[in-house]
Amino acid sequence: MIETRQLTKIFRDKKRGEIRAVDNVSFTCQPGRIFGLLGGNGAGKTTCLRLLATILRPTSGDATVGGYEVVAQPEKVRANIGFLSTGTALYGRLTARELVEYFGRLHGLTEDVLRPRLDALFTALDMNEFRDGRCDKLSTGMKQKVSIARTLIHDPPVMIFDEPTHGLDVLAARAVVAFIRECRARGKTVIFSTHVMSEMEKLCDTIAIIHHGRIMAEGSLAQLRDQFACQGLEDIFVRVVEEAP
Amino acid sequence: MSLRNLGLVYRKELRELLRDRRTLISMIVVPVIVMPLLMTGLASTAAKLGGKVRKEIPKVMVLGGEDSPTTMTALRALNSFEWVPSSADFTNLISDKKINAAVRLPGGFDAAVQAGAAATVTIYDYEGEFKSSLAAQSLEQFFRSRRDLVVAQRLAGHQLPEKLLTPFEIQKTNVASPQKVSGNIIGMILPYIVIIMCLTGAIYPATDMTAGEKERGTMETLLCSPVARTHLVLGKGLVVLTMSLATACLSLMANGVALMLLKKTLSESAKGNPLPLTIDPSSLLAVLVMMLPLAIFFSGALLAVGLYSRSMKEANSYLQPLMIIVVVPAVVAALPGVELNYALALVPVLNVSLAGREIMSGLIHWNYIAVVFASMCLYAALAVAVAVALFKRESVLFRT
Repeated sequence: MIETRQLTKIFRDKKRGEIRAVDNVSFTCQPGRIFGLLGGNGAGKTTCLRLLATILRPTSGDATVGGYEVVAQPEKVRANIGFLSTGTALYGRLTARELVEYFGRLHGLTEDVLRPRLDALFTALDMNEFRDGRCDKLSTGMKQKVSIARTLIHDPPVMIFDEPTHGLDVLAARAVVAFIRECRARGKTVIFSTHVMSEMEKLCDTIAIIHHGRIMAEGSLAQLRDQFACQGLEDIFVRVVEEAP
Repeated sequence: MSLRNLGLVYRKELRELLRDRRTLISMIVVPVIVMPLLMTGLASTAAKLGGKVRKEIPKVMVLGGEDSPTTMTALRALNSFEWVPSSADFTNLISDKKINAAVRLPGGFDAAVQAGAAATVTIYDYEGEFKSSLAAQSLEQFFRSRRDLVVAQRLAGHQLPEKLLTPFEIQKTNVASPQKVSGNIIGMILPYIVIIMCLTGAIYPATDMTAGEKERGTMETLLCSPVARTHLVLGKGLVVLTMSLATACLSLMANGVALMLLKKTLSESAKGNPLPLTIDPSSLLAVLVMMLPLAIFFSGALLAVGLYSRSMKEANSYLQPLMIIVVVPAVVAALPGVELNYALALVPVLNVSLAGREIMSGLIHWNYIAVVFASMCLYAALAVAVAVALFKRESVLFRT
């Protein structure tokens, strides 16, 4: 489960002054459900997810991820999440197998656990053909599969996806969407950010619209339709953004 | 402190670096092949060119001397010069390297010498020009011999022994062991080479594992692993240290081989006088021990610079002035007259360079060496602490 309480992140910039990238954000993501963060560029999606992944430290407020506090127990939080974003690239000089093994070991897996899990993952993701290929020689789709294997190798209960289909072709993006659904089916807590409306509509059980670092609306697609009297998520999103103070 | 995690990060970073062609160039090609080749190549070329120039017959002009046939005959009898007709423009001819030197005999030189009157022979040369200096040297040698001969004749004329002018002989004897003599010579350059190689070997790994990671987008991937950031940065630091020391050791071995070859070449050019170029293994080991905190200092400082930089390009722009900051004290230590004292023992890089020179020459002041080692350990700890602190600062890791 993920629970945020008045989570706030302020950046200080010499030119722009104080920037409230995430502003008093509170929400809850339940296991076996997908929580979607929908927002435009610079809305605060990535910062919010980085706070949950403990890559950034909140300025104020707190969050609990998988039962651990992000401020007080960041290492425990990281041990319980799989984080996949456009910024999480691969080590080009390692092979797919070496990379996934490395992250498995960093997560404390012993060899007797790591080996069978790696084999099972590589088979499930159809990666055996390129398991010994260097990551810098792989196609974008193959790289995305390696990234997915990296996030899953320690079988985390919480999955955090930051625009995971960004820059992927249709087939690779479909594979990622299928993988996110599978995570839900396995009972994992999933939080997912995107600015692609169709993905949000297809995947998310709960949608939160984020704008200028604030959650402006939250609910299931049906609830949002009722609340804003619009059918399409795009119309709902535009209305929320236009009505924002 | 989890040694397992440190080991994991260390092994992975080392494996990645060794698969990078640029690492192999900076760690093996430059120190093991390029530097020794440059050293031996330059020295043997210089020796060969020097020998060739010595064999060339210099062009020399005599100014005056028409009324001094004895001296002129003796001069012309020399086969070691090519005599050029005299010209009033001799200074330009020497400056333009058309001739190598000129000698002016004053009017009535032979007569003045015969009469025991004062006379001055002037030799003209191009100062600092190798061929001209050699020609002037030979001319000076000729006139010194002539002067000695005249003195001997005068003494004989007065029935005085030749020994009158040399009441005693002066003999210079080296009392230092060949190892010390050699250590003193090698001590000038060896610490310098080791310091530069420690730095060269550390630069690429340090920037690749920090600014390079940011540039390639793998930093965020690494940061979402549960390993403590201190372990991540220390694991990277250990790899930088390994590369730094490995480069220095490889360079030492390669330069050792080059030195042996050079010794042969230089000994041949020194006409059979063997050069005392031998290294005491215990001194060498002591120099390497002194280098350890310096290599840690370099590793920490370079990691800090790399972490602060947004890209490899930015890191390189910071490292260029840093190279000068390191090279200058390393060179200053090789200057004559610069000796280790308490103040200099606190100056990083310069202190290790001077201590290395002392150790190699066998003259060891333990008090200074202790201050050098302790201060370098402190600087190394500070550099590593800065790198660790920077790795924990998100404003540095996500600097835009």
